[in-house]
Amino acid sequence: MSDSTLQARPETRHVPDRLNSRAFRTLRSWESLLLAVAIAIFIVNSFASPYFLNVWNLSDATFNFTEKAMIAFAMALLIISGEIDLSVASIIALASTAMGLAVQYGAGTPELVVIGLAVGLLCGAFNAVFVTIMGLPSIVVTIGTMSLFRGISYIILGDDAFRGYPASFAWFGQGYIYWVFTVEMLFFVIIAVAFGVLLHKTNFGRAVYAIGNNPTGAMFSGIRVQKVKFILFLLTGLMSGAAAVFLTSRLGSTRPSIATGMELEVVTMVVLGGVNILGGSGSIPGVVIAAFVMGLVTFGLGLLNVPGIVMSIFIGLLLIGVIALPRLWTMAANRRRG
Amino acid sequence: MVSRLIPVREAILAGAILVLLALVASRFAGFVAPANLANVFNDTAPLIILALGQMVVILTRCIDLSVAANLALTGMTVAMINVAMPGLPIPVIIAAAIALGAVMGAINGLLVWKLSIPPIVVTLGTMTIFRGTIFLISDGKWVNAHEMSAAFTGFPRAAFLGLPVLSWAAIATILVFGVMMARTPLGRSIFAVGGNPHAAVYAGIDVGRTQFLAFVISGALAGLTGYLWVARYAVAYVDIAGGFELEVVAACVIGGISIAGGIGSVGGAVLGAIFLGVVKNALPVVDISPFWQLAISGSAILIAVAFNARAGKARGRIILKSTVAPT
Repeated sequence: MSDSTLQARPETRHVPDRLNSRAFRTLRSWESLLLAVAIAIFIVNSFASPYFLNVWNLSDATFNFTEKAMIAFAMALLIISGEIDLSVASIIALASTAMGLAVQYGAGTPELVVIGLAVGLLCGAFNAVFVTIMGLPSIVVTIGTMSLFRGISYIILGDDAFRGYPASFAWFGQGYIYWVFTVEMLFFVIIAVAFGVLLHKTNFGRAVYAIGNNPTGAMFSGIRVQKVKFILFLLTGLMSGAAAVFLTSRLGSTRPSIATGMELEVVTMVVLGGVNILGGSGSIPGVVIAAFVMGLVTFGLGLLNVPGIVMSIFIGLLLIGVIALPRLWTMAANRRRG
Repeated sequence: MVSRLIPVREAILAGAILVLLALVASRFAGFVAPANLANVFNDTAPLIILALGQMVVILTRCIDLSVAANLALTGMTVAMINVAMPGLPIPVIIAAAIALGAVMGAINGLLVWKLSIPPIVVTLGTMTIFRGTIFLISDGKWVNAHEMSAAFTGFPRAAFLGLPVLSWAAIATILVFGVMMARTPLGRSIFAVGGNPHAAVYAGIDVGRTQFLAFVISGALAGLTGYLWVARYAVAYVDIAGGFELEVVAACVIGGISIAGGIGSVGGAVLGAIFLGVVKNALPVVDISPFWQLAISGSAILIAVAFNARAGKARGRIILKSTVAPT
């Protein structure tokens, strides 16, 4: 029952639409659907494997998604603004290689963190210059830098590996704050809240939505479109640098093939979280739940001895399924209506 | 104006390839001997075939990131068919490879056409699904040379008029595409859909169907290359041609095919592939570690896309710009 039919027939009595209340909209939203899926997976998993409901196992399982989710938050903003960054996994490789190189010259833990974040930021700036200043499509630019950044890692490392990270550096990826709560979980929460506030509670966040819905309209509304996009690429680079710090600290070594294919999982997480791949809509809580869903799926399958490459089939199906099903649903509904 | 630019762009690329060859020849003259150049071409043949398939997809404003996984899955399937039925004639194997590849392309195409899911999402997803399926059907095992029949592995290497069949497959694909893009309704509608989808609709062209057909073409060529690849290297395993989709996209971008669709040419795609093939084969000759390959193709993409964008600028106009300018 749309507005136009109401206007066309003024005699129609207005009946308050109870199904459109705020509570019902929340209940029907993508995020609550996702939450239901997460709970269902949790229950299925606890029946499927006796090892699932163990706090230490569950704590270990969070490593499946904490690093990826850090990038996914920044990527969500980038995708909402209508751009994409496929080079994030390669930024991890380059940042990790830079940290490994610094270790060979005797860098300590604080220096390593600064180097990791700085390389991430620089890579983000590199992408940003091509996309915002030269006006090139982000998908081609980041496919190019995806090869370039990882290529530099290969030039530096070849088929070698960097090891010998200082013992204190292991805190980021292997440390615990309290009981089963890891350092990575703490940073995951901090970063999630920070990005949630940035996107949903600030002018900057509104500008991101505006750009994604209509870049030209946003420009004429006085939003500095290119500047906002530049910052978003910087943030994505910075978060990739942060993920590199955590991942390198957790693995304790650097190979140029580190985090291969992670860009796919990050994009899947963002899309699964309800962010429109064409830009303009999406939310951080959605991405948070999507991170849990993906973490639970991979952890559950792992407990059932499903090999990693078969899990990737599930990720692929998940990616296509979450976009296809609502569209199939709408198509079926339209057909039924006539 | 754009149509006049294209030959210029191709001439620049051809010039770059010649300069590259001259540089390598100055270090090692044997590289430009005809026999070696034929080898380089043969080595680049799979990339040329896939780049042409990718070209039609990109021309219709889509992208196909699943080509390498499609190639690997088809290659593994036909290798396993060959192991199970060594007597099966090669034409049947080739037909099966093309059909299987086309079906996978059709899956991509249907998702893009009927459900209007963005092509990058579809093909990122099917890329991992196809790759994972190889593991499922092969159980992670390799199919090695001694398990394949001699006819299966011998076909791409069989010499015909001085060139291996693999090279002829690339030449035939180039010729077919040359005619198809310039002389058939399908070729012209592919350009029309990418150039201006709305205008294409008014001209009676079904945009979704054309995109679907582009994916089928790309998939069929990936299937064909899957057989040629596995037979040539006489081995099939889960990770064959891993990451090759990036090289294919790189060949197209370097060849001047606009990622925004509608602009590009068969000659450009072929030259882009040959450029990457020459770089790849020249690196060991001039004593540069093969680990440089990835960074070089990445830089080539960035340079090419920056260069091509400058040629295609000045499309939209910002009406209020004069008020922004400081006075």
